Amino acid sequence: MITLFMNNWQTYLTGFWNTILCSVLALIFSLVIGSAFAIMEILPNKVLRIIAHIYIEIFRNIPLLVIAMFFYIVIPQYVMKMDGFTAGTIGLTLYTSSFIAETVRAGIQAVDSGQMEGARANGLTYWQAMRYIVLPQAYKLVIPPLGNQFINLVKNSSVLAFLAGFDLMYQGQSVASTTFQTFSAYIIVGIFYLIITLPLSYYMRYLEKKMV
Amino acid sequence: MAMIEFKNVDKYYGKYHALTDINLQVQQGEVVVVIGPSGSGKSTLIRTINGLEEIESGQLIVNGMDLADKKADLNELRKNVGMVFQHFNLYANKTVIENIMLAPRLVLKRDEAENKKIALRLLDTVGLAEKADAYPKQLSGGQKQRVAIARSLAMKPKVLLFDEPTSALDPEMIDDVLNVMKSIAKQGDMTLVVVTHEMGFAREVADRVIFFDQGQVVEDDPAEEFFKQPKEERARQFLSKIITHK
Ligand SMILES: Nc1ncnc2c1ncn2[C@@H]1O[C@H](COP(=O)(O)OP(=O)(O)OP(=O)(O)O)[C@@H](O)[C@H]1O
Ligand SMILES: [Mg+2]
Repeated sequence: MITLFMNNWQTYLTGFWNTILCSVLALIFSLVIGSAFAIMEILPNKVLRIIAHIYIEIFRNIPLLVIAMFFYIVIPQYVMKMDGFTAGTIGLTLYTSSFIAETVRAGIQAVDSGQMEGARANGLTYWQAMRYIVLPQAYKLVIPPLGNQFINLVKNSSVLAFLAGFDLMYQGQSVASTTFQTFSAYIIVGIFYLIITLPLSYYMRYLEKKMV
Repeated sequence: MAMIEFKNVDKYYGKYHALTDINLQVQQGEVVVVIGPSGSGKSTLIRTINGLEEIESGQLIVNGMDLADKKADLNELRKNVGMVFQHFNLYANKTVIENIMLAPRLVLKRDEAENKKIALRLLDTVGLAEKADAYPKQLSGGQKQRVAIARSLAMKPKVLLFDEPTSALDPEMIDDVLNVMKSIAKQGDMTLVVVTHEMGFAREVADRVIFFDQGQVVEDDPAEEFFKQPKEERARQFLSKIITHK
């Protein structure tokens, strides 16, 4: 297995890098988009609430592969050119953002309503109260489920393999099919995923403890 | 002009008529205590004064602003009207000193050094200087409520509303909070509206007592008169009940 890796390390590292890049991009954007839709869902404005609801239900209930394929095949035909990496990362972002929206919304609703009320009575605007008081507490409450979603996100980035996205999974497949050492080729892929997900998992636990 | 003026105010929760034809004036610097049975609408009444509850009809003028107007700037109003809640509502994610400094910083844009100086002085006056860096969950109920009062005072409000500030506290904590409230009342410049059943407090500092029942002002008397003998039978019964309970 070590020789297999030595002979193919460039292939693996390219995949490793692409998986990390895709995961980081999708993580950042899905957190931002998910939080925005979470807030839309709890606003008094009914129209925004319905829009958010529709968005979440669509992306949460369609398989990730279908969403990614849509961006890989349909969008390039009618809208703009897009490589597999981009299509997969966008698909993964939208898909994950719907789960994050639901998680963050639950977190916001779990924060005692007295927090918002106290802040408003104290003179803060709705958005100041959200930003400084409610959201920090909401995120803290949902660190464990968010951690799960981040880990799922990293694993789900393997959808890129179906779109020629040159991620870890794709590169592992190509090593397996050129060397015929299928078993070892995929073990190495698994180890690389662990190198990403284990520290992420420990970091989330650390955050959970650290935040007041 | 009155600091707070209700004119024929009505408030509904859906079909439920929570406030019925309220007419009430509170002058600047007055200390008004509101009492009444549970569910009578005392919280609703006091929460309309800083716009936490909307009113359906009538006029409610606070510090010159008509809150019946949908365009009333409630953020502006709340710079001048503070509120202390039964359950404190301290910011759980902020230290004591940050609880006090946050709104002056964000809302009043108070200079940071000045802000800190004022916050520390207020903490000192409520007897909690050593708790500046504690988090709310590390405080007792009475300490939390004194921090909440300091947080409101830091905004230098003209009106301070109290909604049963001591009723969630253990008996031995109540006096610490009441003493702070009394000293605010005795300074005399702030307008206070206090929902409480602490009749000792009311006797000592209230200018007026309002007896509230079924969403209506049943009795509105100068404090001495009220404690001598309420005019209304309902108020008499209620008063004797809460006094004998002590
Ligand atoms: N948000 C709300 N929605 C519907 N009904 C409400 C709401 N808030 C209060 N009420 C109702 O309005 C009435 C008055 O409530 P309020 O809290 O003002 O009474 P209170 O005098 O403060 O009582 P307590 O002494 O128990 O605090 C009650 O019957 C209550 O059930
Ligand atoms: Mg009440």
